[in-house]
Amino acid sequence: MSTPALELNQVCKVFAKKERDKTKARFAPKKRKKVIALDDVSLSVNRREIFGVLGPNGSGKSTLIRLLSTLLIPDKGTIRVFGHDVEKEEFEVKRLINRVSVDAAFFKKFSPLENLTYAARLYGMPMREAREKMRQIMLRLGLKEETFNQPMEHMSRGMQQKVAVARGFLTSPTLLLLDEPTTGLDPHSKRDVQGFVRQIRAEHDATILLTTHDMEEADRLCDRIAIIDEGKIIALDTPKGLKGLVSKRNGHEPTLEDVFIELTGKKMEEKEVE
Amino acid sequence: MNTLIREMRGAVAFIERNINLIKRYWGWELVWLIYSLVNSLAVTYIGAGMERISGQSLDTQYLITYLLVGTLIWSYLSVIFYSISEMIAWERWEGTIEYTFMAPVSRLTHLVGTTLFAIVYGILRTLVILLIVASFFHLDLSGANLPGAVLLLLAGSVSFVGLGILAAVLPLLYPERGAQMTNAAAAILLLISGVYYPVEILPGWLQVIASASPATYVIRGMRACLLHGESTRALISTVLFLIGAGIAVIAMGLLIFQRVERYAKRAGRLKRSG
Repeated sequence: MSTPALELNQVCKVFAKKERDKTKARFAPKKRKKVIALDDVSLSVNRREIFGVLGPNGSGKSTLIRLLSTLLIPDKGTIRVFGHDVEKEEFEVKRLINRVSVDAAFFKKFSPLENLTYAARLYGMPMREAREKMRQIMLRLGLKEETFNQPMEHMSRGMQQKVAVARGFLTSPTLLLLDEPTTGLDPHSKRDVQGFVRQIRAEHDATILLTTHDMEEADRLCDRIAIIDEGKIIALDTPKGLKGLVSKRNGHEPTLEDVFIELTGKKMEEKEVE
Repeated sequence: MNTLIREMRGAVAFIERNINLIKRYWGWELVWLIYSLVNSLAVTYIGAGMERISGQSLDTQYLITYLLVGTLIWSYLSVIFYSISEMIAWERWEGTIEYTFMAPVSRLTHLVGTTLFAIVYGILRTLVILLIVASFFHLDLSGANLPGAVLLLLAGSVSFVGLGILAAVLPLLYPERGAQMTNAAAAILLLISGVYYPVEILPGWLQVIASASPATYVIRGMRACLLHGESTRALISTVLFLIGAGIAVIAMGLLIFQRVERYAKRAGRLKRSG
């Protein structure tokens, strides 16, 4: 049997948060409060799979992505990316992954080409190959050539997010971590990105882990989905299998949203933990 | 070989990024240059005015050169210090810290790229200030040992690279106030290193601390070279001491940085805005 693309075994992550005791004086020292971001999470993602993680904000999705990106160290448990331990073989893991986060983090005064050039050099790409690839990906994502040299700060949120997606794909990662990549995009741009995700999987043999709030997106793109709430995985199956957990509503097949509400008892409403 | 090429490309990423930052924030650079220039002129005019202030006959030319050497060397060393200490602060301001830290590039490469940029930028910036300030005062450097001064300056840069790495730890540890803390560290170095006055006039306990500052030896040696024409042979022991101390400070800086990076990953302090 081949090594899974991703393997999490009993992973826990707890953050300490300083909070003021409202019953005490204003300048009294703040108390440390423990916030459990991930609680005993185990899962395995197969090669070439598009694996979705659904959950409200504060459920632990971003912590999971940060752990896989080597930006956090787990308190307990192990994480392996293509057999490499994220803590002990950090450098090998970094070479295999890339990430698109919900907040398009760029040098805002740089142009898309300058930002992507920085990324290409960080990942050790030869520049001739990288320049050609940057243009191809940005055009494929629907960005116009005249925007390539304009400062990012003059671009709309949607366009910035497309550049973020281009940066994630540029290095041809074997494991691509997409943290709500279509949040803030208009329906047309959303379709561009979703089409590109499928194309990347088909052409580049990539494994994709996608966190999203968008149930339709998860349903359309993902081979399997984990529903996460308060740091715990409460269900994991194919979209069809998850829908099978819930009975029909008014004679209609249940949607993923129905499944989510049934299993968590809440809507996709937000509360920030991290 | 492949790894070396990758790392070289990574180092170029940081050099190019810093050049682009200067191009995009040229207004800031201009303001900072004017501030440094006016500061150098103001300090040097104190020397020019000492005869009138004290009402006594003094060697004004010597005083001017004494202060000018201090202010120019400090200008250069502080550029090295700030450029390196800001390698993390910039990423925090722009929100790119997570992206850079998950890239497969070693922290040593990060440092090499930043240092190469800082030395070239520091030399060019100091030359511009020197040329302008020299037009205000009559400078007689006919008896100066210029090659010795350059040698000493480069040897002193090594220690400042190490101090810069130590200061870069602060924005990593303290997302909100770390950058301001590096200003405090630079101010302490300015106070104790004999930039504008001999270290010997400081209280005994401050003189002890001054002996731990590499800038003390650089500035003392530079004055010996430029004001008294001290031979390069006589400087060799100081140069060797500065290189040795510099290597030790860099090694210590890297070790501490590595540990603090690990702590930041445990505590979740690499988030984009802190």
